[in-house]
Amino acid sequence: MTKTTLNEQLQRSGISRRTFLKFCATTASLLALPQCAVAEIAQALGSASRPTVIWLPFQECTGCTESILRSHAPTLESLIFDHVSLDYQHTIMAAAGDQAEEARRTAIKNNKGKYLLLVDGSVPMGNPGYSTISGISNVDMLRESAAHAAGVIAIGTCASFGGIPKANPNPTGAVSVADIITDKPIVNISGCPPLPIAITAVLAYYLTFNRFPDLDHLNRPLAFFGETIHDRCYRRPFYEKRMFAKSFDDEGAKNGWCLFELGCKGPETFNACATVKWNQGTSFPIESGHPCLGCSEPDFWDKGSFYQPLFPWQKYKAKPGKGQQKHKGS
Amino acid sequence: MKKTENERLVVDPITRIEGHLRIEAEMDGNTIKRAYSSGTSVRGIELILQGRDPRDAWAFAQRICGVCTLVHGMASVRSVENTIKKAWLSNAKLGVKAGSPAMTSMPKGPMRHGMKGHKGRASTAKTPDKMDIEIPQNAQLIRNIMIATQYVHDHVMHFYHLHALDWVDVVSALDADPVKTARLAGTLSAYPRSSPGYFKDMKAKVKRLVESGQLGIFSNAYWGHPGYKLPAEVNLMALAHYLDALEWQRDVVKVHTIFGGKNPHPNFVVGGVPSPINLDASTGINTQRLVQLQDAISQMKMFVDEVYFPDILAIGGYYKDWSLRGEGLGNFLTYGDLPMTSMDEPDSFLFPRGAILGRDLKTIYDVDLDEPSEIQEFVSSSWYRYKDGNKNGLHPFEGETKLEYTGPTPPYKHLDTQAEYSWLKSPRWKGHAMEVGPLARVLMMYAKKNAMAEEIVDSSLSLLKLKEGALFSTLGRTLARAVETKIVVNQLQIWYDALLDNIAKGNTTTFNPLYFDPQNWPINGQGVGVMEAPRGALGHWMVMHNGSISNYQCVVPTTWNAGPRDPDLKAGAYESALQDKHTLYDPDQPLEILRTLHSFDPCLACAVHVLDAQGEERLRVKVR
Repeated sequence: MTKTTLNEQLQRSGISRRTFLKFCATTASLLALPQCAVAEIAQALGSASRPTVIWLPFQECTGCTESILRSHAPTLESLIFDHVSLDYQHTIMAAAGDQAEEARRTAIKNNKGKYLLLVDGSVPMGNPGYSTISGISNVDMLRESAAHAAGVIAIGTCASFGGIPKANPNPTGAVSVADIITDKPIVNISGCPPLPIAITAVLAYYLTFNRFPDLDHLNRPLAFFGETIHDRCYRRPFYEKRMFAKSFDDEGAKNGWCLFELGCKGPETFNACATVKWNQGTSFPIESGHPCLGCSEPDFWDKGSFYQPLFPWQKYKAKPGKGQQKHKGS
Repeated sequence: MKKTENERLVVDPITRIEGHLRIEAEMDGNTIKRAYSSGTSVRGIELILQGRDPRDAWAFAQRICGVCTLVHGMASVRSVENTIKKAWLSNAKLGVKAGSPAMTSMPKGPMRHGMKGHKGRASTAKTPDKMDIEIPQNAQLIRNIMIATQYVHDHVMHFYHLHALDWVDVVSALDADPVKTARLAGTLSAYPRSSPGYFKDMKAKVKRLVESGQLGIFSNAYWGHPGYKLPAEVNLMALAHYLDALEWQRDVVKVHTIFGGKNPHPNFVVGGVPSPINLDASTGINTQRLVQLQDAISQMKMFVDEVYFPDILAIGGYYKDWSLRGEGLGNFLTYGDLPMTSMDEPDSFLFPRGAILGRDLKTIYDVDLDEPSEIQEFVSSSWYRYKDGNKNGLHPFEGETKLEYTGPTPPYKHLDTQAEYSWLKSPRWKGHAMEVGPLARVLMMYAKKNAMAEEIVDSSLSLLKLKEGALFSTLGRTLARAVETKIVVNQLQIWYDALLDNIAKGNTTTFNPLYFDPQNWPINGQGVGVMEAPRGALGHWMVMHNGSISNYQCVVPTTWNAGPRDPDLKAGAYESALQDKHTLYDPDQPLEILRTLHSFDPCLACAVHVLDAQGEERLRVKVR
């Protein structure tokens, strides 16, 4: 069987050049790339056979996989049938047992130095028996699979920062991917779960430019983690006017006032929920009446009650907005 | 390839499930003699919950699972509300009925009032009037709508994306005639996409994928295995619906986004729901949102009625031999859920509570969630250690667990299944191993003469020319899941209409603040929040001390189903089902094992969360 390029596949599938370019343009604008990048993305995606992607699940809840299943642009099906070859992904792969492991090993062997490794879940260091796949400890499987990867993408707060398994008292000695893998480019796409568009956009960026996008000091892509929820929250004007909901379902809540006093972590949370929103732009937690939990930040589980205000609002000073330097200094 | 006598078959990872599951089987030729089910990953979320603010617990518990993403949040909120409510009611009765179950862990006498409560504040808790302590009707309805959406979403995705490839041969779809496929699909339902052009495109898509030489998620599977029985046209149709379901699920899940802000992991709040209703506002539940909700509910019903249910019957017709195996225990347990009034009134539940033993649908046993001798967890085959030895079971209120990994050092080839071999505990009801899930619920509704359940079960069985006993099988489990989806999707519209009715009458309350402000709470108590998760009976047992969580125990569906052997060496539901007439055509291609396991819809992250600690750990106070 011969390998065909994406472009050929798309044309045979009746996807017009125009539709294809539209996807490239969407990707470019989401990543805040200049217009000339559209052609570059189109060329990159149009000239390659589908690059191999391996997805390892460790101490996880599958919420990150579910999140990418909700991706609208591109859809998961277009991603895995047209853009990448997802050769190992427990939740949706057809093969099981030995055949699944063989698929992982074959994918590594045939794509040395070229494949992307995606990881969700933290890695327990307390005991190798705390988490195994096919009798192999998570840490061994991570090292073995990362050794020949071109780069690693940690998906979700658990893989990025340790997440809930690492929450006090961290019973299994959970650590992040970057605590284990130190000799590869790593992107952290945090969030519990992350926004699906953040995952697919980073993949598209890599497929196009053969490198990862610009990152903040926590190795998160700036395009999605450059500003706080608070910076872009549609309820911000109420904050400035000091109009706060004091309880759920009170007058303020019913009229969409600021949720700061109900514990909203938006002012200290870098993520794009307030702009791209969830499930095809339907809503995001604050819009549906619940304060932001701060789920894309390291150790957000141990920063006090979700319903405790961050600080007396009088003390609030506007955080620096977009920009890597400012963010790094924050 | 034949296995030699007593040779061991290992399948790890079991894919197309949630989490990490391993099966080891002792073979007699190609027939499974003894099966062992092992959960191979642990996180310890219950220990992490200790010392936390009970209002925060739902967010932690919810991260037990991102597939059935709603259920642990919901069970947690209910357990906190049950704890507070029980303590209020006990306080009201104090002096009359001291020492009632809710009070057992409370300090005696005057200490209760005036002692340092939540976050060091003096508790001024007074028992509110009975009328004031109900969860608002709208919140109850919204919760039902969210739970029902989870069912429909989860069951449809389970069938197409986790289970279908056990029955549907992707590569065989290449031989299908699109015109014949359209004709066939047209006889099954009025699904508008069933046109020859549609199936032609679909076939071209599969062809491109296969010819690219990069099969991705479909690589290395069991295509061409003689266990696949569907004609090429049915394979093509099912594959088209696999992709349609991916598209459909993204849209209908917006019900969670509207009420909870996102999916996966929508938001909840103790005392009600976070989303306010204000028809005249630009935010929250307004007219635009109501229209979107109705649209999603209609889409759900269309897909269940015109695609999912007809597919189950059509595909099931080719696999009737799977109604003869995979039964397992014949014991079934439900906690019940989807109340018309409140969780305190099980008689108002759509799904009844009860237990069935030995297939006997004439006798439904009562289930008492608080009674220490009924629900117990054992650890004789698990990597945990009980203080007083691993022989006896413990009720979740008294549950204790200490991690003690005694398995082989990774990398390993085999587990020692004569000793401890899983991170799952073994829950038992009055000593019986029980199956939980859609089959248990459908049997319970059927036994209790729920008219809709009777009608759908009877008509499905008659269409498939199967008898009632066929339900006790791998096929029966998969059919039951579709039956309950049909029941739930109908009910969804009824709850939505009731919500609209309330709003029309001017009732827009969605939250009871008494439950939310810790100043109103008794500072100690214990309670249980139950629900029927898509995968079965789920309970969170909570003990509150000084306004914080001192013990938190989850007994979850997949622990019931996938748990290992107990001290009497009684097998769990997966193990029993795999031991029921499973002869593998080729042990190197464990298709038959996947069929039966997937009929349960395994969810391992749920099952292995247990890591509770007593004694010193229990008194650990988090740095806030």
